[in-house]
Amino acid sequence: MTFDRKIADAGLERGVSRLTPQRIENTLRQVLEGETGAKLKLYAETCMRCGLCSEACHYYMSHDKDPSYSPAGKVHQTLGEILRKDCKVSPEFVYQMAQIAYTECNLCRRCVHYCPIGIDTGYIMSTMRRMCHKLGVIPQYLQDTANSHSATMNQMWLKDDEWMDTLQWQEDEARDEMPDLRIPLDKEGAEIYYSVIAPEPKFRTQLIYQAAYIMNEAGVDFTMPTEPGWDNSDMCMYSGDFEMMGRLKKRHFESALDLKVKKIVMGECGHAFRSVYDQGNRWDGWEMYPIEVIHSVEFFWDLISSGKIKIREKFKEPITIHDPCNIIRGRGLMEQSRKLAHALCENVVEMHPNLEHNYCCTAGGGVINCGPPFKNVRMKGNRVKAEQLKATGVKTILAPCHNCHGGLEDIVHYYELGMDIKFFGDLIYDLMEKPEVE
Amino acid sequence: MNSIYAFVVGPLAWIAWGVFIFGSLYRMVSMYQLAKAKDASSLHYMSFKYGMRSILHWLNPVGTLGWQSSPYTALVTFVFHICLVIVPLFLLGHVVLWDQFFGITWPTLPDTIADIMSIVLVACCVYFGLRRFLQRDVRFLTTGKDWVALAIPALTFLFGILAYHQIGNDKVMLVLHILCGEIMLISIPFSRLSHMLFGFFTRAYMGSEFGGVRRSKDW
Repeated sequence: MTFDRKIADAGLERGVSRLTPQRIENTLRQVLEGETGAKLKLYAETCMRCGLCSEACHYYMSHDKDPSYSPAGKVHQTLGEILRKDCKVSPEFVYQMAQIAYTECNLCRRCVHYCPIGIDTGYIMSTMRRMCHKLGVIPQYLQDTANSHSATMNQMWLKDDEWMDTLQWQEDEARDEMPDLRIPLDKEGAEIYYSVIAPEPKFRTQLIYQAAYIMNEAGVDFTMPTEPGWDNSDMCMYSGDFEMMGRLKKRHFESALDLKVKKIVMGECGHAFRSVYDQGNRWDGWEMYPIEVIHSVEFFWDLISSGKIKIREKFKEPITIHDPCNIIRGRGLMEQSRKLAHALCENVVEMHPNLEHNYCCTAGGGVINCGPPFKNVRMKGNRVKAEQLKATGVKTILAPCHNCHGGLEDIVHYYELGMDIKFFGDLIYDLMEKPEVE
Repeated sequence: MNSIYAFVVGPLAWIAWGVFIFGSLYRMVSMYQLAKAKDASSLHYMSFKYGMRSILHWLNPVGTLGWQSSPYTALVTFVFHICLVIVPLFLLGHVVLWDQFFGITWPTLPDTIADIMSIVLVACCVYFGLRRFLQRDVRFLTTGKDWVALAIPALTFLFGILAYHQIGNDKVMLVLHILCGEIMLISIPFSRLSHMLFGFFTRAYMGSEFGGVRRSKDW
């Protein structure tokens, strides 16, 4: 088995240079024996190597059915090899395993729909990342994000005053349009705690502006926190730093509980949603989130269906809708997303496959966060997405997830599709009835 | 030859059944205990309703994305497993043995039907074997263990067919058939064939996660 697609990455190289065979063996054994149990054992033992999962994976389909990209193929080259060699693997192998686990699997779980005995390849890849994390072999950009989480409790190295300043800046900007608009900070007992991921204040500030505008117009009693905990994102979940994943979720929920709010509404993010209902909560020992968390798709649909936001006119051009894995396959919001899309747009063209069966954007699972060295992995690894988008024949894509946005933007550019990508928030803000400003 | 025959249907059969039953029990109990100790955050979400929902969908050969994507393999997989379970349980020759040893009987399949089903099963194994050999992604994944898992049922049924049709030395074929059958029983708890014991649980677990937590379908 030769691995002929090694990509130079400072983080992986530095990590691997510090490894010794003994350290590798001890660490892998510690994860296998200490952190995994029946689930991983059964997946490894009962996978019949039937190959039914191959076609599930966008990487496999985009690489002309190269078997080393199939879900089971990736397990075969990582966990399979570790078990066959009884944890006695080389530093070079760890490099390869890290590259496969961090950059060639988005943990989108599309393969779940293909495996007859229900093997969760996403979980296996996540466990491989855990091993890499404990060995200190992580792509540099992803680890930098994880470091930011550790140091600042947000993903983008935002300082506390910068966060607050950004909120007030957006409040100020939006007052040109709605003079009495407020972004209430730290308001105790508010109905809604609005939380975002750190890339919003960093480089998508218009999303905060739009959300504030929509919530003010709808008369929603909301607040945004000023203390760390405001960032709901969680790249540590993807880097394998589960201790930090737990800390981040705990801080986030505690920040909302401290303000005695009724519920958290989160922006149009996918992975942050996964971290509150699926992974972070479990690490902290919560069956589900300790305070209700509503995704923007549900929240916006509620505002529109209850008449709190009225739509002035519908989006006329045909538009297609992308189903992000973490809110659709992960949390079943397909019905709300369709209702919302149809309430906002005249002509919604479905892409195929869609809903739970949709192809991933290849940005998710922390892959886009692995940064520029791996951009081409995403581009070449998702030709099927480009073909799927092109086949719709439309010029606009709705994608209610930040990662999907980033990923799809790159794909649209790389494959020269000439498509525009929108959040639900963008459309609502553009199409809603707005009060006249004197 | 008669003494070998007596040995394989006598003491060896007891051993094979013993290993199969107690080995399976041991594997299932110890796996459950391991899950309780290490996978509490998964085990907690097990749900009978969603587990069954998932199992039932996957028992429909055209009911899931995976089966639909590979219709021929889906068909062969279903036919293979149906024959694999039905023929040994309802073959007249087997029921006669149960009657002889324990005095219990149940309805049987006509021999011709059982014969056809057995031949079909071997044909299914040939399909799986060719697939392992010829299809790139499957070949990439294939290890020795997978050939063993395929060879055990294939040889068991092949020798059964040869013995029934008295091709070759029928006594030898019969002994080989029984021997392979016993190897199959013994290997169920300790090889890839353990998916017979665990497959429904892994399926139910995935169904529980997708039904209860992820609110979407896993098929």
